[in-house]
Amino acid sequence: MRSKSYSGAQASWGLKIAAFLTLLFLHVPIWIIFLYSFTPDETTYTFPLPGFTTRWFGVALGRSDLWSALTLSLRVAAVATLAALVLGTLAAAAVYRSNFFGKESVSFLLVLPIALPGIVTGIALRTAIGGLEIPFSFWTIVIGHATFCVVVVYNNVLARFRRTSGSLVEASMDLGANAFQTFRYVIFPNIATALLAGGMLAFALSFDEVIVTTFTSGQQTTLPIWIFSQLTRPRDRPVTNVAALIVILITFVPIFLAQRLTAESSETGESKSG
Amino acid sequence: MGCGVFRAGETRPEHPAFPLPFGKQVTITSEFIVEPKNNHSISAVKFLDVNRYFGEVRAVDGVNLEVRDGEFFSMLGPSGSGKTTCLRMIAGFDRPTAGQIFLYEQDVSRLPPYERSVNTVFQDYALFPHMTVGENIAYGLMIKKVPRLEQSRRVEEMLELMQLSGMTGRKPAQLSGGQRQRVALARALINHPKVLLLDEPLGALDLKLRQQMQSELKAIQKKVGITFIYVTHDQEEALTMSDRIAVFNHGRIEQVGSPAEIYEHPRTPFVAGFVGVSNLVSGEVATRITGRPEPFSIRPEKIHLASQEENPGEDQYIVDGVVRDVVYLGLYTRYMVELEGGGDLVVVEQNLRTTSMDVLQSRGQPVRLSWHRDHIRRLGA
Amino acid sequence: MLSRISTYLFLRPRLVLLLLLGPPLLYMLVVYLGSLFALLVNSFFYLEEFTGLIVREFTLRTYALIFNPANREIFFRTTLMAAAVTVTDALLAFPLAYYIARFASPRLKTWLLIAVTIPLWSSYLVRVYAWKLILAKEGILSWFINLLHLNPILDWLLSIPAIGGSSLSLSPLGMFIVFAYIWLPYMIIPVQTALERVPNSLLEASGDLGAKPYQTFRNVILPLAFPGVVAGSIFTFSLTLGDFIVPLSLGNSKFFIGQAVYSYQGTGGNIPLAAAMTMGPVVIMVIYLLVARKLGAFDAL
Repeated sequence: MRSKSYSGAQASWGLKIAAFLTLLFLHVPIWIIFLYSFTPDETTYTFPLPGFTTRWFGVALGRSDLWSALTLSLRVAAVATLAALVLGTLAAAAVYRSNFFGKESVSFLLVLPIALPGIVTGIALRTAIGGLEIPFSFWTIVIGHATFCVVVVYNNVLARFRRTSGSLVEASMDLGANAFQTFRYVIFPNIATALLAGGMLAFALSFDEVIVTTFTSGQQTTLPIWIFSQLTRPRDRPVTNVAALIVILITFVPIFLAQRLTAESSETGESKSG
Repeated sequence: MGCGVFRAGETRPEHPAFPLPFGKQVTITSEFIVEPKNNHSISAVKFLDVNRYFGEVRAVDGVNLEVRDGEFFSMLGPSGSGKTTCLRMIAGFDRPTAGQIFLYEQDVSRLPPYERSVNTVFQDYALFPHMTVGENIAYGLMIKKVPRLEQSRRVEEMLELMQLSGMTGRKPAQLSGGQRQRVALARALINHPKVLLLDEPLGALDLKLRQQMQSELKAIQKKVGITFIYVTHDQEEALTMSDRIAVFNHGRIEQVGSPAEIYEHPRTPFVAGFVGVSNLVSGEVATRITGRPEPFSIRPEKIHLASQEENPGEDQYIVDGVVRDVVYLGLYTRYMVELEGGGDLVVVEQNLRTTSMDVLQSRGQPVRLSWHRDHIRRLGA
Repeated sequence: MLSRISTYLFLRPRLVLLLLLGPPLLYMLVVYLGSLFALLVNSFFYLEEFTGLIVREFTLRTYALIFNPANREIFFRTTLMAAAVTVTDALLAFPLAYYIARFASPRLKTWLLIAVTIPLWSSYLVRVYAWKLILAKEGILSWFINLLHLNPILDWLLSIPAIGGSSLSLSPLGMFIVFAYIWLPYMIIPVQTALERVPNSLLEASGDLGAKPYQTFRNVILPLAFPGVVAGSIFTFSLTLGDFIVPLSLGNSKFFIGQAVYSYQGTGGNIPLAAAMTMGPVVIMVIYLLVARKLGAFDAL
């Protein structure tokens, strides 16, 4: 009855089942990770699981290589997100408030690092780093991540700018506030949730990134790099299962929150115009 | 800085009632009330050869204008005629490409909006969505660091003036269109601006509410004595509310004058056509009627419609024709009359005695049109 | 003081624009475009075989290398894979996208869209890893196939030289499944967006004109959804072309472009060849984007 009012027709059972199966296909593999982090099996991926154990969580917690990979990933993601927040917001503000020659190309330039295959960005950065003889470091990873995180913040903030009334800034100045007061009392409160959402997505994107990181990290190991090495040459299967679970959880939480934030603000936006 | 419009802090023994169109009378105890004055020698806003170009487009093209202190002044014109750009330049959101703008004799051409004692009511109200009604209204005071207590006192006063009492804690999204409008007005007026700018503030409201707000605005303006500059494309709005009107077209001012002057004596074909409904007659038809080729305009309601046997007096112009179309509009009827020898005129007659049946039968009938010679406006080419 | 700065800036909008746009633009131009330029330049250098050093002289000989039979085969294989994945994803995406766009209530729609985007954002690497578990010889899929007594079919598929291998987790067939899974959300969203834009009145009009539901579907819905499919295919195609994680994790000795680039720059230390090889996907994608624009895909993004 609910769906009826939107198209005037009910979906056929065939369509419903197909849609449901596709959803399952998208989500079941992620659940598998949860399942396998409890397997007692140390050498294979036997299914059904030969038993149930939580001991690998303890083992994983005791692994210093895993810990250092995790902390490196978190540090990189934090700094890359910060850079993306600043650069993305500046770019969004510039594109929103002014008209200038080449405005279209700004969006294009920012989206390029995620539009082109990751390997292009990766090998390009690798070439530049090699050509300039810059030693690989924490900062080479951060610089690489920032290139593709900027666009996430930019898109979120620009979308928010476009949804809020353009005359708010003028109204604030009209009422006596200078540019800085206007930012503090009007602009910032209005884009805060967009910044938060964009920042969390950027964080998740960076925390999880492996392709570009492969080319910019040198000998350093981020958590995804650690998992990747286990994918090609499995040595610590049970610990990898736990590590995969950690990555899922650390990326899922900010993404989920970001989704909620954008969904909520777009709802209020709609009710305003309606 | 010129002369203050307000007598801030002054208290009066008697508080005049504030007439509002909602049948309720509000007594105000504010410093808003000023003596009715006609200090029209003081210039509130002055444009001196102001131009504003956007690239190749001349949005404002050599405008000279003087708005007097205490006036309700309207800028009327179609969209893209430059009226809103002029308003934005007074507010400081935009700056002239060339020319100067004065606010009470002070050149403000290069002052940012926050350094001009002008406030604006925006077309979309631009209420801060993250703030309550109270915070919105207090915004200007908060920026000026007015003490908290004083802030809330003045906000309460404004709320009462605007019939918004009890709304302090609401968010703009929870208000109706008319309420938002009044919050926007309160937010601007609380700062005691020297000039209040209104950018088509009634555009988003429905007809009934718009008419209410029109008289409310006019009443508020009368009471507070602030110069109002009102931008609109609605000629009726401009005619009913304004002391004077400037008619804009293509970035220029076509005519400035009182509503009566603008309506009765349009100086250009554009003004005649834009303000009210007007018949423009030119060329051969003009010669046939008046004996001279100059174009002229005649308002539809000034034309008398009669049968062809009737003979009006010597002081009338006369032309014969056939009623081609009739639109019955309840209060009055609009006739489209095709003139003998080409051309047509619109005639409006009040339905004083006629019914819809009567007027609809007149279609195809030969008629004689006549009007007093004084009622035509000769127009420059 | 701040007010003075504010006024100073207010009177100079160009300066404000420069201050706002400068940092991000400079960053992207120097770091990103600079790197891409370095990549392009390096593809015209070559690696001296004997010394193992990169010779920084303009030459086309590295480009000549990528046209040797082995590399040509890599390009062909990768492009074929990308095309197969794209077609499969379009078919898989359609029912769900169609259901979301036309039948789901607004509330359900919000949830379904979240359900589609969450895999997109959650760890790509972990999702590949999940499939490693699923496709393993002793893993879930084998167990399931066993349950249905379909082993002979699986064995037969794995015995086909072009797509088979020792197990699903080490075969082009397995790679194909994983690619199709990984990029599927990128297809669902644009198709859903395109379908969403088909006004109901249009469908009613078609029904009104006597079209049976399947005729409406074929003659009205499909053509209008097509730009969405093309938009989605930009992602599925481009991402498959450049990926090296999946081939390295599930592939065999038969290289894919990303894998080749990865190994040339890594173990081989031959950055010029890796750079020239990367130009392959870039050129293919530019052509693809140009065609896609003709087909109206950018409106559906």
